[in-house]
Amino acid sequence: MHKFLIRSFVSSLVLLFTLTVAAIAKDVKAAFVYIGPTGDHGWTYQHDVGRKAVEAAGFKTTYVEGVPESADAERVLRQLANSGHDIIFTTSFGYMNPTNKVAKEFPNVKFEHATGYKREHPNVATYAARFYEGRTILGTIAGTMTKSNVIGYVASFPIPEVIRGINSFTLAAQKVNPNIKTKIVWAFTWYDPGKEAEAAKALIDQGADVIAQHTDSTAIVQMAEKAGVYAFGQASDMDKFAPKAVLTSVENNWGPYYVDRVKAVANGTWSQKDTWHGIGDGMVVISGLDSQMPNDLQAKVKKLQADLASGKVHSFTGPIYDQKGNLMVAEGKTADDGMLAGMMTYVKGVEGDIPK
Amino acid sequence: MIIDINFVGLIIASIMASAVPLILASCGELITERSGVLNLGVEGMMIIGAISGFALMTVTGSLIIAVFGAMLAGVLISTIFAFLTQTLITNHVATGLALTIFGIGISAMIGKNFVGIPGKEFPVLFEGLKDTIPLISPILFGHSIVFYFAFALPFITSYFLKKTKIGLIVRAVGDSPESASNQGINVRIVRYACILYGGAMCGLAGAYLSMIYTPQWIENMTGGRGWIALALVVFSTWNPIKILIGAMIFGGLTIIQFHMQAIGVRIPVQFLTALPYIVTIIVLVVISRDSRKIRLSTPSSLGKSFHKDN
Repeated sequence: MHKFLIRSFVSSLVLLFTLTVAAIAKDVKAAFVYIGPTGDHGWTYQHDVGRKAVEAAGFKTTYVEGVPESADAERVLRQLANSGHDIIFTTSFGYMNPTNKVAKEFPNVKFEHATGYKREHPNVATYAARFYEGRTILGTIAGTMTKSNVIGYVASFPIPEVIRGINSFTLAAQKVNPNIKTKIVWAFTWYDPGKEAEAAKALIDQGADVIAQHTDSTAIVQMAEKAGVYAFGQASDMDKFAPKAVLTSVENNWGPYYVDRVKAVANGTWSQKDTWHGIGDGMVVISGLDSQMPNDLQAKVKKLQADLASGKVHSFTGPIYDQKGNLMVAEGKTADDGMLAGMMTYVKGVEGDIPK
Repeated sequence: MIIDINFVGLIIASIMASAVPLILASCGELITERSGVLNLGVEGMMIIGAISGFALMTVTGSLIIAVFGAMLAGVLISTIFAFLTQTLITNHVATGLALTIFGIGISAMIGKNFVGIPGKEFPVLFEGLKDTIPLISPILFGHSIVFYFAFALPFITSYFLKKTKIGLIVRAVGDSPESASNQGINVRIVRYACILYGGAMCGLAGAYLSMIYTPQWIENMTGGRGWIALALVVFSTWNPIKILIGAMIFGGLTIIQFHMQAIGVRIPVQFLTALPYIVTIIVLVVISRDSRKIRLSTPSSLGKSFHKDN
């Protein structure tokens, strides 16, 4: 009799627990809208890794990949909002207006827009990562490791995110090596392995012995490996693609944020905010450092990483001048987020013009 | 910047390497079109070749199996097209477009398991001779077998079409399937063979991208090269040697514009990026402007279905 009571008590507890978990899992459904395919091993791939973390935390998720940044995005968002999703992550800059437009029609659905700045309705939040902090570290490594003092940089599109990265990288590289030149090639694509490889090859043929990239595929690090120069992984750890060339990678780590926000919806604590996390919050992760880097450089990088995380060092600390020599950030000051978000001028030391 | 002679050699070698997939796919499609079949599925067949080659290389570890497997995959997917257009007499344009969409979709599905895996190193030939003669050596030596094959292919194709009996049969079928049929040629079989051959070459072009040029798999990695290959066939007026020229100009301008950017030439980058497309078309139109020759080399029955019973 006792046994029966205990057993039924335990089993009802288990049932209750299962029901609660099921209730949470059933109650909160998260959707993700991707610009590219999840198989790009870059931007979208990393967002999908974040989505899987949400799934692992016990929530249901849906995703739609390859959604163009047009009226199609609105249609997809409306469809997702209509089909019982409670929180929708839109993971590309161009979804900014569609997200806000659809958010107005569905006040009970939470919208999270990546890399944007418009929060026109109380149910729209924005989030982004301070990738430029990672590029400060890459610049420091590049400036130290280069022998030819020519550093190549394969860029994608002239938007503040990319310009900020180039500036942060160049400022850091110049700090350790005032003689370096950053040569920039615009590939006008986020990922096209063939084109990226050709751009990297052009830079290598012109004497660059360290290649940085702001495009997504692994073609550039592979080209660097073939040519015997150094490179850095983008978005995910690319070391296995080019073990000799890759000195480190800057990884996008969205998982913790996604889990946090979906849980907030489940707990009813979600509120609108603008999140811009960097190394300190773990949204930007620096992969393991290659053993080819001298010990003192490794130590320096680790210290820089800690200082960036704690806020002791800021990637954009004055004095910073633009290409014409005008002061952008005064001595002792740091660039504020407004300036960083709209950065569309090169700092002194970057060669060439920003494509208009 | 000092332009030394080896630098020029290196640039020419990169240009040639970038032209390889275009030459392979275009020469394959050229044979298909010469038989009177318009297959717009080049992009789809290339991407199938790319994933098949990469997947087989990863699974079997054998480069030979992977290369031939990619060609076979191109043949298999083009068999679908051949069956639809030749046996069921569907519209060439619609079927070809469907083939491309199908290829991109299915390659993405198969490819899910192969994302993030590094490719294998593909062996190159004559590596030891690479530093012997300035300018010439980097161009001639140290490339993969597919590279040499691609540069021989336009000449082989040209010889095949002009000098061999089978080549003449292919052209006859493309120009007038009715007459060919009356001569006792089985038009359907010839067209089937030409479609499958085109599929094999597109498969090889895709495998070159995923196994040799940028050894990795990512979705949509052909990046529209299939469409460029198709355009090259038309603008070259179905002439294999002009395909070679067009592919070199296209690949060359892509690479040269990157070099111009790196040097810091002050030309709007967007213009530089568009340059390969514009110049390739202009050059091919100019070198093929003899309208009599265009009429002669255009397969008269291109894209038209052929019913033997009519």
